[in-house]
Amino acid sequence: MTDAHADGSNYYVPHGSPWPIVAAVSLFVLMVGAVLYLDGAAGAWVLLPGPVLLAFMFAGWFSTVIGENQHGVFRFREDRSFRLSMMWFIFSEVMFFAAFFGALFYVRMFAIPWLGGEGVKALTNLLLWPHYEAAWPTNGPAHVGGEHFGVMNPMGIPALNTLILLTSGLTVTIAHHALRAGKRRTLTVFLALTFILGFTFVGMQIHEYGEAYTHLNLRLTTGIYGSTFFMLTGFHGLHVTIGAIMLLVIWLRVLRGHFTPDKHFAFEAVAWYWHFVDVVWLCLYIFVYWL
Amino acid sequence: MAEPHDTAAHADHDHKPHGWRRWVFATNHKDIGTMYLIAAGTMFLIGGLAAMAIRAQLFKSGMKLFDPSVFNSLTTMHGLIMIFGAIMPAWVGLANWMIPLQIGAPDMALPRLNNLSFWILPFAFSLMIASFFVPGGAVAGGWTMYPPLMQQFGAAFPMLIFAIHLMGISSILGAINVIVTIMNLRAPGMNLLRMPLFVWTWLITAYLLIAVMPVLAGAVTMQLTDHFFGTSFFNAGGGGDPVLFLHVFWFFGHPEVYILILPAFGIVSEIIPTFSRKPLFGYEAMVYATASIAFLSFIVWGHHMFTVGLPVAAQLFFMLSTMLIAVPTGVKVFNWVATMWRGSLSFEPPMLFAIAFLFLFSIGGFSGLMLALVPSDYQYHGTYFVVAHFHYVLVPGAVFAIFGGVYYWLPKWSGRMYDMRLAKWHFWLSVIFVNVLFFPQHFLGLAGMPRRIPDYAPQFTDWNMVSSIGGFIFGASQVLFPYIIWKCVRSGKPVGANSPWEGARGLEWELPSPAPYHSWTTPPSAAVLARGAEH
Repeated sequence: MTDAHADGSNYYVPHGSPWPIVAAVSLFVLMVGAVLYLDGAAGAWVLLPGPVLLAFMFAGWFSTVIGENQHGVFRFREDRSFRLSMMWFIFSEVMFFAAFFGALFYVRMFAIPWLGGEGVKALTNLLLWPHYEAAWPTNGPAHVGGEHFGVMNPMGIPALNTLILLTSGLTVTIAHHALRAGKRRTLTVFLALTFILGFTFVGMQIHEYGEAYTHLNLRLTTGIYGSTFFMLTGFHGLHVTIGAIMLLVIWLRVLRGHFTPDKHFAFEAVAWYWHFVDVVWLCLYIFVYWL
Repeated sequence: MAEPHDTAAHADHDHKPHGWRRWVFATNHKDIGTMYLIAAGTMFLIGGLAAMAIRAQLFKSGMKLFDPSVFNSLTTMHGLIMIFGAIMPAWVGLANWMIPLQIGAPDMALPRLNNLSFWILPFAFSLMIASFFVPGGAVAGGWTMYPPLMQQFGAAFPMLIFAIHLMGISSILGAINVIVTIMNLRAPGMNLLRMPLFVWTWLITAYLLIAVMPVLAGAVTMQLTDHFFGTSFFNAGGGGDPVLFLHVFWFFGHPEVYILILPAFGIVSEIIPTFSRKPLFGYEAMVYATASIAFLSFIVWGHHMFTVGLPVAAQLFFMLSTMLIAVPTGVKVFNWVATMWRGSLSFEPPMLFAIAFLFLFSIGGFSGLMLALVPSDYQYHGTYFVVAHFHYVLVPGAVFAIFGGVYYWLPKWSGRMYDMRLAKWHFWLSVIFVNVLFFPQHFLGLAGMPRRIPDYAPQFTDWNMVSSIGGFIFGASQVLFPYIIWKCVRSGKPVGANSPWEGARGLEWELPSPAPYHSWTTPPSAAVLARGAEH
């Protein structure tokens, strides 16, 4: 095997890597920048160095790992470590979204009916918000964000976006089958289709946000409806963007001839991630847009 | 692009990297474990100084050492620092050191990620501690960060939130690493039900961490957007609900307390068999009990919020599910006692700490049962009784288990024996004065003294004085701990090739002491495994 295992070990342990400390510093710069900006101590430019450093770190760290991979350092056990860690990472992401979905369910099932005087909370309504009737969507008894606001129509762009994401789930699967069958051409085409669909989704979402802000008077500040709508779809959109960038990177690697029919962990990890954002979208479509 | 061949060429057995690179670019689980433990010790000192300041202010009624807002900052920061900065990193440090040794792995599964999880922490805590010195001072709304109080601070508020995000990233990455190491790098033949209990409890802890740290991130993110971007999650006027924060926070918070204590169960389950010279009683029952506790921890969060106006059905549910936890916890306590039954016991420092853990953690458990009862909780909620309860489970619980673990494994790490007499002094001073410190707080709470107040009615003075005196002596005696370690590492008597504890079983004792820089580069043989796994 390679020199990486010259010490007789059966598992690759890298030595002396600078990237983790670069990552820690980048995260710190990002957070300090955000504090300075939010506190009003500096302009929006302080938000920039963090992401730039992070991008540099990701490029450096990943090219190190890809280089090691091309040298055949990783074998079955290293591969299994990567797989397990990606699964658990996606689980942590699921729990992050669960917090926001939990907030949505809680306000719709409990907080708003109580504000409307349901059950044992009749006095809350009577004494604090005497004219409020529970309804969804709502921006609360104080009409935070304006008296009137429009609601997203689930049948327009959102339905189209559902179709786009579901299709992209299909194309990435076709690409995967092509990779396993050694059909590189099909792989290249369908992987490209996948990230194009992904970026299209993001573009449509941006357009929809523009509509909401300009025509519907629906903003992040539109009470609890605006809060849950924009935070849930916003974090999802961020994840789609990240996922689409990941797909793009994988596509570039495919063009360079990386991956073999039986060894392509990075491809699979990105595909899992893509299916994860797909499933989150389905939940969003049902619970945020539709019901 | 780095050449793996270059770096790997230095990976020979004897030469470790030198200078600052060894630590800053570290990928070795032992180096990273050491850094974690040193960081935890440092934060324990800082959090401890805050505690001393708190006890000084509460020494008698009418003391005016600190401004009330500074006092509240001190209690808030004491809690956050001790939980996220001292206890959790100490567990990760021990996990780093011991899990690969105990399962026969060459290192942690993802060594670079391991380095990142550690190095995030100094930055996160710099951000958090720096918030003391910004205009308006540190956040003073309590470690639970309830809105809207939390949002009434200046720059300290976003600083704390981003520090929590950083700590969360660190914890999640660390937990992923632990799970992957345990699932993937066990020596051949070490199936799950042959793993040492410290490994088992950490596996379950890591699962809890990955499940709940993102929820905490979500909760504080909602606070951030409520304050800076005008969302209405916790604003009833906009249709939200401040109580929503409590639900999301405690969905994190209750599993979090088991994150703080499950590895302690693991360590005690290692120490008691060794010094009883008997195998652990009911090994499998211990594993299942740990898993049950972890499962239950997800469905009991409402017991932190009995007085916020939960529907009666919810209060009953949370009361009953909380009391259910006493069953698996009881299984554990009885199993530890049964392990000692008719054993040939000896009382070296690790065993002393483990036995103290057994008694004092159980006291904390019983006061927890009292708090679980809805009608009595109405009386105890927000009093010093709660403070006494969770300090009993965390100080003579988690912290004593950390001390016990360090005294148990220090000879393994350093190859030297520490000063046993001094360590016993450390134990006796700690165990006596931790009770002088916290036991009177039960009385204060039952008599009605609220928590988180800088001053109190004069009738509470006597027991507060006792508590403060206990606190000062307990705090001062902790100075022994770093001194004992320093003395051991510098000039302790070498323990030689064999295990210093004749009753110790486990793969880690099959290695020489100190453990070589790279251990188990080839997995242990079946014979070694069989010797090590006799529990």
